[in-house]
Amino acid sequence: MGMREDLERIRSEALEAIAAAATEQELEPVRIHYSGKKGALTAILKTMGKLSAEERPVMGQLANEVRAQIETALSERFEVLREEALNAKLKAEALDVTMPGRVPHPGTIHPLTSTIADVRKVFESMGFQTVEGPEVEETYYNFDALNTNEDHPARDPQDTFYITDDVVLRTQTSSVQIRQMQGKKPPIRVIAPGRVYRNDDLDATHSPLFHQIEGLMIDKGVRMSDLKGYLEVFAQSIFGAETRVRFRPHHFPFTEPSAEMDVSCFACGGEGCRLCKGEGWIEILGCGMVHPNVLRACGIDPEEYSGFAFGMGVERIAMLRYKINEIRNFYDNDLRFLSQFNG
Amino acid sequence: MKLSMNWLKGLVPYDYEPKKYIADMTMSGSKVETLEYFGEEIRNVVVGRVVSMEHHPDSDHLWVCQIDVGAGEAIQIITGAQNVKVDDLVPVALHDSDLPGGVHIKKGKLRGLPSNGMLCSFNELAMTEHDVPGAYADGILILNDVFSAEELAEAPVGTDVRKLLGFDDWIVDFEITPNRPDCLSMIGLARESAVTYGQKYVPDTPVVKGGAGDIGQWLRVRVEEPKLCPRYTARVVKNVKIEPSPKWMRDRLRACGVRPINNIVDITNYVMLEYGQPMHSFDYACLDGAEIVVRCAKDGEIMNTLDDQERALDAEMLVIADAKKPVGVAGVMGGANSEITDGTKMIVFESANFNGTSIRLTSRRLGMRTESSGRYEKGLDPMNTLPALERACELVELLGAGEVCDGIIDIDNTDHAPKTIKFEPERINAFLGVDVAKEDMLHWFDLLGFQMDGENIVIPSWRMDVEQFADIAEEVARFYGYDNVPTTLFPGEARYIPMPTIAFDDRIRELFTAMGYSEAQTMSFSGAKSLDRIFIPEDSELRKAVVITNPLSEDMNTLRTIMLPSILEVAARNYNVKNPAMRMYELGSVYVPVDGEKLPRERKILSGAIYGDGADFFEMKGAVDALAAGLRMKNISYRAQKNNPSYHPGRCAEIYCGDTYLGVIGQVHPKVVENFNAATEIYAMELEVEALFANRGGIVEYEPLAKFPAITRDIAVVCNEDVTAAEIESCIREGAGKLLESVRLFDVYRGAQLGEGRKSMAYSFSMRDRTRSLTDEDADGAMKRILKLLAQRTGAELRA
Repeated sequence: MGMREDLERIRSEALEAIAAAATEQELEPVRIHYSGKKGALTAILKTMGKLSAEERPVMGQLANEVRAQIETALSERFEVLREEALNAKLKAEALDVTMPGRVPHPGTIHPLTSTIADVRKVFESMGFQTVEGPEVEETYYNFDALNTNEDHPARDPQDTFYITDDVVLRTQTSSVQIRQMQGKKPPIRVIAPGRVYRNDDLDATHSPLFHQIEGLMIDKGVRMSDLKGYLEVFAQSIFGAETRVRFRPHHFPFTEPSAEMDVSCFACGGEGCRLCKGEGWIEILGCGMVHPNVLRACGIDPEEYSGFAFGMGVERIAMLRYKINEIRNFYDNDLRFLSQFNG
Repeated sequence: MKLSMNWLKGLVPYDYEPKKYIADMTMSGSKVETLEYFGEEIRNVVVGRVVSMEHHPDSDHLWVCQIDVGAGEAIQIITGAQNVKVDDLVPVALHDSDLPGGVHIKKGKLRGLPSNGMLCSFNELAMTEHDVPGAYADGILILNDVFSAEELAEAPVGTDVRKLLGFDDWIVDFEITPNRPDCLSMIGLARESAVTYGQKYVPDTPVVKGGAGDIGQWLRVRVEEPKLCPRYTARVVKNVKIEPSPKWMRDRLRACGVRPINNIVDITNYVMLEYGQPMHSFDYACLDGAEIVVRCAKDGEIMNTLDDQERALDAEMLVIADAKKPVGVAGVMGGANSEITDGTKMIVFESANFNGTSIRLTSRRLGMRTESSGRYEKGLDPMNTLPALERACELVELLGAGEVCDGIIDIDNTDHAPKTIKFEPERINAFLGVDVAKEDMLHWFDLLGFQMDGENIVIPSWRMDVEQFADIAEEVARFYGYDNVPTTLFPGEARYIPMPTIAFDDRIRELFTAMGYSEAQTMSFSGAKSLDRIFIPEDSELRKAVVITNPLSEDMNTLRTIMLPSILEVAARNYNVKNPAMRMYELGSVYVPVDGEKLPRERKILSGAIYGDGADFFEMKGAVDALAAGLRMKNISYRAQKNNPSYHPGRCAEIYCGDTYLGVIGQVHPKVVENFNAATEIYAMELEVEALFANRGGIVEYEPLAKFPAITRDIAVVCNEDVTAAEIESCIREGAGKLLESVRLFDVYRGAQLGEGRKSMAYSFSMRDRTRSLTDEDADGAMKRILKLLAQRTGAELRA
């Protein structure tokens, strides 16, 4: 037999064997047998020296052609088999994607803290600095400097916890206003979240301890319309962009004019429902223009500066937002309650 | 303050729709608490006339009545009452009617005969004998016994009985803020109502005829305490006839929640509601010495007040006295010894102005708060005493209740000069952010009774709250409408620089949230019992707490000085509601009294507690380590603490950063856990936030990634039980020197072959040089030095 026949035979046998291999594992020995260093093609090529000078280039070309064809066939077959193997594997790995996921258990932030954080975010973005003040406070800061004289009913021990005649558990975060105004020069923009105390027994809606957030802005030429503007931004950030606000005249000793702010009911949009007791409005906070007597008590000239202040109850806002019906839930710290506020 | 809309319509005529009225008043500054229809509970009850009546055939006490209810044929009603006669007018509860207290009346049968409703007594209509004087108490309310022919003519047969009985009225309950005592009156509210609707209300000036002789011959008044009683006005009425007051007055009083008594008492109450000025009447016959002295009580003086209570008076209380004895606690309540009775013939009307603080203190000391004292406390207009007194006398004449003597006693130590405030319309507009015409402002001032004196606004005496510019601006804002004030954002510069302590608290919360801890918020109150439960010794500094003088209870009579009880209570509560595991922390404050300081130091504490789900000491410690890492703190160390009474003596450590005390961590003592009624291992920590803050790391400083590999060695040593991991680790650190990159304990083994009291500790440590690859020689050298140090310091040797 001549070399041409041998090459043709190797070509046809190899292509047949390649096509017949069903797996990569079966194909590998085929590769070694035909195209390996010690394979059939190499063996034939080693006999090339025995050919005539005329035949040698012809056979050489043929041999190269056969080798290229086998190698192409091999690599194509490898590719196909790998693809098949992968597909089979992927098929076998198919999951029931409706089975439950493994949920990580990060902790939860207390709903009062997160409510404060949400309010802080709104005001911090408008340039208000978050500050704190003492909870055990002198009557001067809690009452006197806030234009709340000796006879004011708020000072009654039925409402206020007394430590001594002139030290109380602060009844409002408004005391921080005074400390801020006495401690720094205008312009001032601060909010002061914190605990406040009232002489009330704990029941569904009252607590001897609750949280307030106080806000204060003092500058030259601050107007009542600014008070409305900032609080409208607050209301729409916290209760939704559709929220409308309503300011009702009211009275606080430390602001003049004073107002209470209602927001359109976020449950019914103002139609009237159980949450808003059919009113369409929900009372959210008290506010007003800082009383000139308060400014004077802090050494700020009311002829030169003006400003606004507001105070809101954190529990009330959290209860409204999360539809919590009992204030004591906040202080029981039952995980079944806390874990509901996971972000 | 309850307002009767019928009464209001008599003062400021207007077509009020109640719901709209309260909305409008709310927006002009009078906050409404409730609106209710006075006759809400009564429905389908009409005036009926008894056409005929006969005995029930099967009963000896029931009557079968035919009643004309104005609907054609008379209806049959059976009644057991014995005071009804033919032609009497009676209240008839028809079939399907409602009576107060949720009573529903339907037709039915009584002893076999149909009865189509019920005849009502005044009790069944929620009225008292004072409301319908002259009515027979134990039977049907016979309308023609109680009401005059003219009154009955207004309510013919078949009409709704509520109109006749004074129930056809709307009652608005206003929340009057402390700055507006003038609105604790019909006149004040009428004025606010009028301005709200762009009208002007000016109350009528009372006119008194008098003519019963001069007051001087009957009464002298001496005010010994002009500071406590700036003004005292009085008049005398002779030939008094005590009888019920007329229906119109009774109806108005009832609508405002005041019980009618008799004409004189009703007049004083009526004037108080109308003018906001408390009034009092004394029975002249009971006054010794024909004089009234306004003085302080004598210590030990005793008087019975109108409510029949004996009151011990003292020298701080102002009383109204005659020549011998007190006859009233000024501004609070009159004395029983001078009370108006059916036999009273001559009276003294008092209309006085008292110091609010004095009244408040007296009322508090006596433990009696009355309608009168509540008003005086807020501070009343001294100019109001005289018109109120005149009104009372005018009413006496109108009602024919007596003959008014001429002359008024008026001891007046008040300053009548009105306040004036400069009118600055541009400044008002600038302050409110509005553009209101000056004329509009002047118009509202006029309606409010503010007058102009050149460029000054003259404030009427009843507006004691209006003192300066801002108060004027508020009046403008109220009637311009808060809703009409635009919303703007102040254009000034805003600088937001966060407070580092606040940001630090946020960071702590972030770290604990990531570790799976939930945040708690507990009350700041504490009591001795809380400290007992965690075995704080009697002489501990922690027992020196901020004490509340008027606490809610003994368990809440101080502010906490330590956080542990709070977080343990949280753990116990969760345990007892069967929550299987808990990871909890709180960022709270403790309140520590400081000698010589008015205010305590408020220290922030980070407390934590865990139980269940494999909780152990090292999990709690790991949380502290992770916290320290997250705060980029360095040099954290733990020192065993055997003497903390709240913790397991063998499982407690104090935490330090360098030499700074950071806090304590450990297993809560089983007996403490028991004291909190839990039965599980609880691990807790208490960390000083200020110390954490002071030792926090700065901003991350990037370290280039290593180019050369690390070399790692394991080392297991056998040592005595009392050798600590910290001791071994320090030998490894020192022996490996500055090339040490990390060291980790990965196994602790105890077993028979090691012998009693011995343990094996296995560590893995790695070393790296940033400038070259380390060789085995480097590692072997380190190992040798480590073993030498271990042998010298701890007696530990390489495990065979």
